[in-house]
Amino acid sequence: MTDSKYFTTTKKGEIFELKAELNSDKKEKKKEAVKKVIASMTVGKDVSALFPDVVNCMQTDNLELKKLVYLYLMNYAKSQPDMAIMAVNTFVKDCEDPNPLIRALAVRTMGCIRVDKITEYLCEPLRKCLKDEDPYVRKTAAVCVAKLHDINAQLVEDQGFLDTLKDLISDSNPMVVANAVAALSEIAESHPSSNLLDLNPQSINKLLTALNECTEWGQIFILDCLANYTPKDDREAQSICERVTPRLSHANSAVVLSAVKVLMKFMEMLSKDLDYYGTLLKKLAPPLVTLLSAEPELQYVALRNINLIVQKRPEILKHEMKVFFVKYNDPIYVKLEKLDIMIRLASQANIAQVLAELKEYATEVDVDFVRKAVRAIGRCAIKVEQSAERCVSTLLDLIQTKVNYVVQEAIVVIKDIFRKYPNKYESVIATLCENLDSLDEPEARAAMIWIVGEYAERIDNADELLESFLEGFHDESTQVQLQLLTAIVKLFLKKPTETQELVQQVLSLATQDSDNPDLRDRGYIYWRLLSTDPVAAKEVVLAEKPLISEETDLIEPTLLDELICYIGTLASVYHKPPSAFVEGGRGVVHKSLPPRTASSESTESPEMAPAGAPPGEQLDVIPTQGDLLGDLLNLDLGPPVSGPPLATSSVQMGAVDLLGGGLDSLMGDEPEGIGAPNFVAPPAATVPANLGAPMGSGLSDLFDLTSGVGTLSGSYVAPKAVWLPAMKAKGLEISGTFTRQVGSISMDLQLTNKALQVMTDFAIQFNRNSFGLAPAAPLQVHAPLSPNQTVEISLPLNTVGSVMKMEPLNNLQVAVKNNIDVFYFSTLYPLHILFVEDGKMDRQMFLATWKDIPNENEAQFQIRDCPLNAEAVSSRLQSSNIFTVAKRNVEGQDMLYQSLKLTNGIWVLAELRVQPGNPSFTLSLKCRAPEVSQHVYQAYETILKN
Amino acid sequence: MSTIEHFMPLLMQREEEGALTLLLSHGGVHFLWIKYSNLYLVATTLKNVNASLVYSFLYKTVEIFSEYFKELEEESIQDNSVIIYELLDELMDFSFPQTTDSKILQEYITQQGNKLEVGKSRVLPTVTSAVSWCSEGARYKKNEVFIDVIELVNLLVNANGSVLLSEIVGTIKPKVFLSGMPELQLGLNDHVLFEITGQSKNKPVELEDVKFHQCAWLSRFNND
Repeated sequence: MTDSKYFTTTKKGEIFELKAELNSDKKEKKKEAVKKVIASMTVGKDVSALFPDVVNCMQTDNLELKKLVYLYLMNYAKSQPDMAIMAVNTFVKDCEDPNPLIRALAVRTMGCIRVDKITEYLCEPLRKCLKDEDPYVRKTAAVCVAKLHDINAQLVEDQGFLDTLKDLISDSNPMVVANAVAALSEIAESHPSSNLLDLNPQSINKLLTALNECTEWGQIFILDCLANYTPKDDREAQSICERVTPRLSHANSAVVLSAVKVLMKFMEMLSKDLDYYGTLLKKLAPPLVTLLSAEPELQYVALRNINLIVQKRPEILKHEMKVFFVKYNDPIYVKLEKLDIMIRLASQANIAQVLAELKEYATEVDVDFVRKAVRAIGRCAIKVEQSAERCVSTLLDLIQTKVNYVVQEAIVVIKDIFRKYPNKYESVIATLCENLDSLDEPEARAAMIWIVGEYAERIDNADELLESFLEGFHDESTQVQLQLLTAIVKLFLKKPTETQELVQQVLSLATQDSDNPDLRDRGYIYWRLLSTDPVAAKEVVLAEKPLISEETDLIEPTLLDELICYIGTLASVYHKPPSAFVEGGRGVVHKSLPPRTASSESTESPEMAPAGAPPGEQLDVIPTQGDLLGDLLNLDLGPPVSGPPLATSSVQMGAVDLLGGGLDSLMGDEPEGIGAPNFVAPPAATVPANLGAPMGSGLSDLFDLTSGVGTLSGSYVAPKAVWLPAMKAKGLEISGTFTRQVGSISMDLQLTNKALQVMTDFAIQFNRNSFGLAPAAPLQVHAPLSPNQTVEISLPLNTVGSVMKMEPLNNLQVAVKNNIDVFYFSTLYPLHILFVEDGKMDRQMFLATWKDIPNENEAQFQIRDCPLNAEAVSSRLQSSNIFTVAKRNVEGQDMLYQSLKLTNGIWVLAELRVQPGNPSFTLSLKCRAPEVSQHVYQAYETILKN
Repeated sequence: MSTIEHFMPLLMQREEEGALTLLLSHGGVHFLWIKYSNLYLVATTLKNVNASLVYSFLYKTVEIFSEYFKELEEESIQDNSVIIYELLDELMDFSFPQTTDSKILQEYITQQGNKLEVGKSRVLPTVTSAVSWCSEGARYKKNEVFIDVIELVNLLVNANGSVLLSEIVGTIKPKVFLSGMPELQLGLNDHVLFEITGQSKNKPVELEDVKFHQCAWLSRFNND
């Protein structure tokens, strides 16, 4: 009797039948029914309608049945949260069951029910289970804390479960410890800053002890956790390493890799002089080799990690080349990875063997693998100089096979070999040229074209060869087009007489008929270069190229260090930091290797990277396809190549000299900078920027607006001055000042009674004045003013009063009355209290207005002894509502163009000239009412000097 | 559509393109999978998990299922769906592998389905004890040990006939019927063999690397 029969009932009315069976009295029938429900659920049928009936079966002493019901609950509780509450009682009861299996089952299942309402009920049972006498229950409860944390982190923290979990690290049972560590690590991952694991030498010691006793999986959790610890010095690092090393002999590959991770990380702290360092290096090799006997997927993970380890510490596996030889039955992904490691390990000592292997691989059937093998031969040639000749002859042998993809790969790598050993293997060019027609891949075509262009002077029919490519220019890929352009220009510079037509043809194809901006730009650069200064062109285009260096696609050192911290994980397989593939950034903590803090004396530099790759030094890397083209132009200027000036070319090309001088100077100044095609902005954009617009030159396009910072701070307020001395007003002394804040003007008054009697009944009135200033409210002195008492009053003003032009313009006549008498006084108000907040003029408007106002209205003033710079001036004036509309720099002077508006709508335009280092400013004011200028100037003085 | 339902279409598509990789991803989900006969065992993750742990676990699962059902195939999965649920429950909890020793599992997860007597614990202390590979108190009438030695010889010879690489991957599998839980020591000695074949002058066989089952005291081995 098997379970498969449960999957076969598909007739109609099934749910109804199941319902009846679930409610049956017979236990066996019930159980059968639940199994059928689970089977339906498994294949994706919706059986949630049976929720109450299934939950009813929960009360059973049959463990198998209970498990099935729980399973059902986990699946459907989320969709039926209200119904799920029904199950809570049973859970709570089960958590107290005398049978630990049932207790554990209950707490395990409850954690998987992601319903908020239920989690509340979960807390008490969970607390008990965390302290259960049976380790089986405790280890399950430990995991449950992590589950609960995933549902409701706050709840877990509030309930203090984290502390209980931490206590479990000291549990007597290793499995409990392991699960507690796993749970804490999981929680800590989502709270990178929390010091949850709180690793210290004591807790590390506990973990190391548990490591010897727990299951293989527990060992992995503990090792992964240890890897996050940073020992305080090299002694501690060494002692941890010593205790972790035995794990290298574990049968489970994952345990071994996690142990390797801990060792690789802590090794960073050990001095290379230490005997133990050498011992450790030796101990690491055999386990890594044995990982290659595991299942293929595990082999692959191991190889990806070995690839990292070989880059970080090549000395570990330098003698183990042979184990990476490919087996006939390796899956392709294992083969490709092994090949990569072989090249990394290739050295003069083993190159012969490696080459022999690679040659064999090149005759395999799998195309990808063969390609990679051929490429590997080229990489060996570049890496091990002594083998270059052998590699080249091997490649020639392979070309003779005429297998299309082999030939193409070979040509691509031979091009790289030429770049490493120029003028050494040109004898093979003839053979390469024979295969020109069979090249159909862009990379191979581009490589071949590069070779032809580079060695044009030695290839008799170079022009014919290149011309043949030119026919289908527009069908080629960009890579080939760019390469063809460069190659033909090189050819032209080498053999100018025969190839003029060709070079014109390619330049016109590139510049006139192409939609590709990179191609057009490069075309124009060559064109202009050739037309203006052919000698310079020769120097640039035919300059000596830097040699490519040997190490190929090394992982960048900081990334490598980070990846070493992630050995065994997905990151190490992808060779990408977790942030690159984990979404939401959750659990993405940037890890780095520990710095070496030696307790012992060591004079050695902290340089840890393999010899030849010190950290920080940028290694040149063989450009993969695409990069190469950029590189070809990225030339160092070699010794000038003298040659006959190519007068003919400039005549013919001068006609298209449309672009002005911009590009020329660019090329002349920075010949090295033209490498990346994108570096030079498209000519259309470059030129107008330099020529400038004719009208109002600086003003129109160089305006740099100071953003309208809020002027809430208000304008400058002068200190109070005595306006009416006591002796003139029978003991009443009035002093005051004017303020302007957020658009409202007020007169701040201070009234002092210097008489012997009390003063009451104050009132104030203004005479008509130039700008219609008037009190907006009566003067309110609430209490009688006793002798020797002073009151401060702020009297709001408006500008809607009667207007009469005063002399001087800002004169204000005031009458103050009290119970004693009426007193008169006059005062001058600073004009800036009348500058309104919307006094910033639009730039265009400013220009137009400035021109519009007749020149005789312009007044010029000197502001002396003002040590501010243009910025400070501008911001200070702005807070008094004088706005900088534009600013420009003319011959070292800052010109500020400013505008302001008075309450009666009069605009004043100003040009303020500030010369750095000179405390005197020149102020030119233009206004339709020139009589205000003098007062505006005074306002400037007041604002700037206070 | 659940995440796993993306897996097969993705796999097929990649296979067709000839770009099948071990790691597949869809959205933010990464699939780690192995193929056993015609079954795919797939693990899914959103995080930077320990990949070697995942693959080890998948293989372990295959091993346990095979021991339970003799043959692991589609049919046996259908036939044992309930027990598979039970097993998965014990094997892994919240993505943490738990008890994966089939000897132990078989003691409390049986095909018959346990009928538990209330109040009497049937949880074997073994499950959580430090010795998680056999239960305590085993008694045998006859105390005996059988040892199987399985050796895999890998030889890589090039076209000229010279040996490039030769290695032996040997496994020693003791089947032990000993009462109680005695500690055993295994000594390897190549002396006898060489004496029989008369090659006593040869240098001893070198063990490059040794891997042990969970039950071996790794740290003690390391120290000796």
